[in-house]
Amino acid sequence: MSMILGLYNYWIVIVLMMIGFYIIIAHGHLIKKIVGLNIFQTSVFIFYISLGKVEGGTAPIWQEGILLYSNPLPHVLILTAIVVGIATTALGLALTIRLKEAYGTIDEDEIQAMDNQAMDNQDKESKPC
Amino acid sequence: MLAHLPILQVIVPLMAAPACLILRRPQLVWMFTLLASALAFIISILLLQQVMQTGTISYELGGWSPPWGIEYRIDKLNAFIALIISGVSTVVLLAAQTSIEKEIPQDKHTLFYILYLLSLTGMLGIVTTGDAFNVFVFLEISSLSAYSLIALGRDRRALWASFQYLIMGTIGATFILIGIGLMYQMTGTLNMADLATRLPEVAETRTVTTAYVFFIVGVCLKLALFPLHLWLPNAYAHAPSIVTAFFAATSTKVAAYLLIRFTFSIFGVSFSFTTLPMETLFLGLGLLGIFVASTVAIYQDNIKHVFAYSSVAQIGYMIVGFSMSTNAGLSAMLLHVFNHALMKGALFLALGAVLYRVGSTQLRDFQGLGRQMPLTMAAIVLAGLSLIGVPLTVGFVSKWYLVVAAIEKGWWPVAGLVLLASLLAVVYVWRIVETAYFKAPVVGKELVQEAPMTFLIPVWILVSANVYFGIDTRISVDIATAAAQSLFGVVP
Amino acid sequence: MGIAVAINQIKDMFAVVMLAGIYGLVSASFFVTLDAVDVAFTEASVGAGISTLLMLTTVAITGRTEHEASHKPMLALFVVMVTGGLLIYGTFDMPYFGSVDAPVQNHVGPRYILDSMQEIGVPNMVTSVLASYRGFDTFGEVTVIFTAGIGVLALLSVVRRPEDDTAIEAINDSMHEKHLILRVVIKTLIPFILLYAFYVQFHGDFGPGGGFQAGVIFAAGIILYAMLFGLSVARRVIKQPLVQLLSAIGVLIYGSVGVVSMLNGGSFLDYGVLSADPIAGQHLGILLIELGVGVTVASVMIIIFFSFAGRSEYQQAKKGKSL
Repeated sequence: MSMILGLYNYWIVIVLMMIGFYIIIAHGHLIKKIVGLNIFQTSVFIFYISLGKVEGGTAPIWQEGILLYSNPLPHVLILTAIVVGIATTALGLALTIRLKEAYGTIDEDEIQAMDNQAMDNQDKESKPC
Repeated sequence: MLAHLPILQVIVPLMAAPACLILRRPQLVWMFTLLASALAFIISILLLQQVMQTGTISYELGGWSPPWGIEYRIDKLNAFIALIISGVSTVVLLAAQTSIEKEIPQDKHTLFYILYLLSLTGMLGIVTTGDAFNVFVFLEISSLSAYSLIALGRDRRALWASFQYLIMGTIGATFILIGIGLMYQMTGTLNMADLATRLPEVAETRTVTTAYVFFIVGVCLKLALFPLHLWLPNAYAHAPSIVTAFFAATSTKVAAYLLIRFTFSIFGVSFSFTTLPMETLFLGLGLLGIFVASTVAIYQDNIKHVFAYSSVAQIGYMIVGFSMSTNAGLSAMLLHVFNHALMKGALFLALGAVLYRVGSTQLRDFQGLGRQMPLTMAAIVLAGLSLIGVPLTVGFVSKWYLVVAAIEKGWWPVAGLVLLASLLAVVYVWRIVETAYFKAPVVGKELVQEAPMTFLIPVWILVSANVYFGIDTRISVDIATAAAQSLFGVVP
Repeated sequence: MGIAVAINQIKDMFAVVMLAGIYGLVSASFFVTLDAVDVAFTEASVGAGISTLLMLTTVAITGRTEHEASHKPMLALFVVMVTGGLLIYGTFDMPYFGSVDAPVQNHVGPRYILDSMQEIGVPNMVTSVLASYRGFDTFGEVTVIFTAGIGVLALLSVVRRPEDDTAIEAINDSMHEKHLILRVVIKTLIPFILLYAFYVQFHGDFGPGGGFQAGVIFAAGIILYAMLFGLSVARRVIKQPLVQLLSAIGVLIYGSVGVVSMLNGGSFLDYGVLSADPIAGQHLGILLIELGVGVTVASVMIIIFFSFAGRSEYQQAKKGKSL
């Protein structure tokens, strides 16, 4: 029982991660994929932060008289990771805009179909009459 | 300054990148980039020499000792890889200005060089650091710049290839992050040497196993190990030629380095290969990769696709060497890392020259090219022979060591399969040779000239290296074996 | 969690983006309960703020609806189950949530908590670790942001011609006259936003804050201005080449601090050698690098926004011409 109490926080985070992961794989709409990626990444952040939490501690900013602090190291790592996340999102969205311009659609299956079509056309050209 | 070499290896390209934005004229930017890359190459040579003589180098960043501060740790393995990366980068850059003139719009040239330098920085940073989280940060620098560079390709398929790579790559990076987090949770440290000491105590736990699995899966995505290779063929085929030449020789090698480093130095051979069925798994996936990718390569019409699939196959060879978990197997793998960089660097650069003159890399456009671009085609033929593994080329040397390692381990069928797969390579190389030399050029099409010197020089540098190191194998073999040995010993 | 599931189901992209923004905010508050105030601050501004803004711009360009339902749901479900299962399997040997004797709390962490006041003299332990102990990671982080800025430029920047500008300006002017009250209110607000950004930048040693958050807030102020007064007006006030230069300078400031440390006999980014008194050196080093961070983050955020908005204008202008 105490194991469940001690671990359920992690399990919730894992479920969140998986929902995000699912959205990335299962959906064809590019922006939704990016949103899924964000959810996936943010849940990993929550996981890291919960590693550092100390029962009864406070935020790691030194104050007179406080002795128990939560661990600042995971916070630092996650600050960096958040920045990495937004960088990836920005690039992904920029690509999405260009893809819309180039293909007229931002659905994965439609774009793939257009590419396959183009490859078939190229093959037809190369076969001698 | 000598004491600061480890950090300079990464700082030089890193600070050169934003500095490019300050320079105005594109010609100047190219020279500057070339200079930065050459400097990085020189530093890597000096570092390798130092390590071979005096052993592992440790550098404390910020003046804080590890594990509270970040440490740079150079040993024979990563010095070797850094040498390969910076060397290929410099040679490839010689042709860059000419190549991008036809492949990338003028107003983006400066941005291209900045991204190139950032990519170089990222890769060197991954290789030289001794801190697990630092690996993640520089992995992302290299990935983000890679996605952008690939998207600069001429046609719209480059955009799609880049997006797919972004999604898959970020999933991989996030898996790696999860792995690092779990490792941290169980040991309380991020320093790689420290992890190596502390992990054995907790190695029995399920958490550590999960950490290893997630980390390795993430790395294998970046490595393009079958079946996680799906992003690679399109990315290599549609990116600008210089980008492909650079990446084909380097980016997957960096992932291979991470695989080796974390499996051998950090988790330890006994954990990785005994607790988990890594040997069978990697052997199986490696062999599958070799055969499936080589076969698919035979049916491709775009020559860039042919060699992209060929790269997936070559990674398979490397993993077969890795799976043996013996000194010999690992040496073979490292040797192949070096040799593959030379082979593919030369091939894709030569293809870049073809693209420059002909405007396409479709097989049918190679008809009669043997006469029109004799030097370029000769380079492709030689590099192709190296790929097959003909004696006197580096390709032969790698395959030889791999086969010998397999036989030493008693894996006779594997040795046979490796030789068999070479036959597949013969098929896809022969297709190109046949079309270029034995078919007449298409009637009515304009004849093209030989590639300009800016292409020929770097291509032939790489091709000559292919032959030179194929005949005089002392340097590459010595370093590879020394690096492998150091991994099997105690933590360096 | 409900938000995440909803995002999965809903097909109206505008709603999805809004929900994503809310998810970011909820995560931020979650971080506060986990004692991670700096992180909460950053997640709120970045995850809920900038991220939502960029997604909205993208949706505006690419369309509001998702075409069809999820494809290959079975395969996706299988993969997710395996991955999730593996992770849960991994939790069974973990130290319990919040426990004091976890390895994490007893090895590297304690020094940061106990000694950072003496070694660095800054109350905010996160800042000490971020800017000093693990300052090189942060350097890498600034480089990541810089890379994203350059990447977005490479993807979206358009060569501007004067004729394009005047045509677009005409459209913008007519649109913006309608929002007079908004303009007046925002005009008074923007200086305060920028001031707050400076406060966050320099107060980061003592409370949550620092270069990143400050940079984002500053950029937000500028973006607000651009949104309300039109891109072309904003471009005249905030010249693009200057902003690009600034993004590069931020990174170079950071690196130069490291180089100066090396020249003074220490290793890269060793602030202790920057001044006679090591603690003063630490303070100086942290101040400078945070400045570098703030400058680059602000400039890159502005660059990204202007690139996105600029591309949208470019597309509209193209459509206008082809009619």
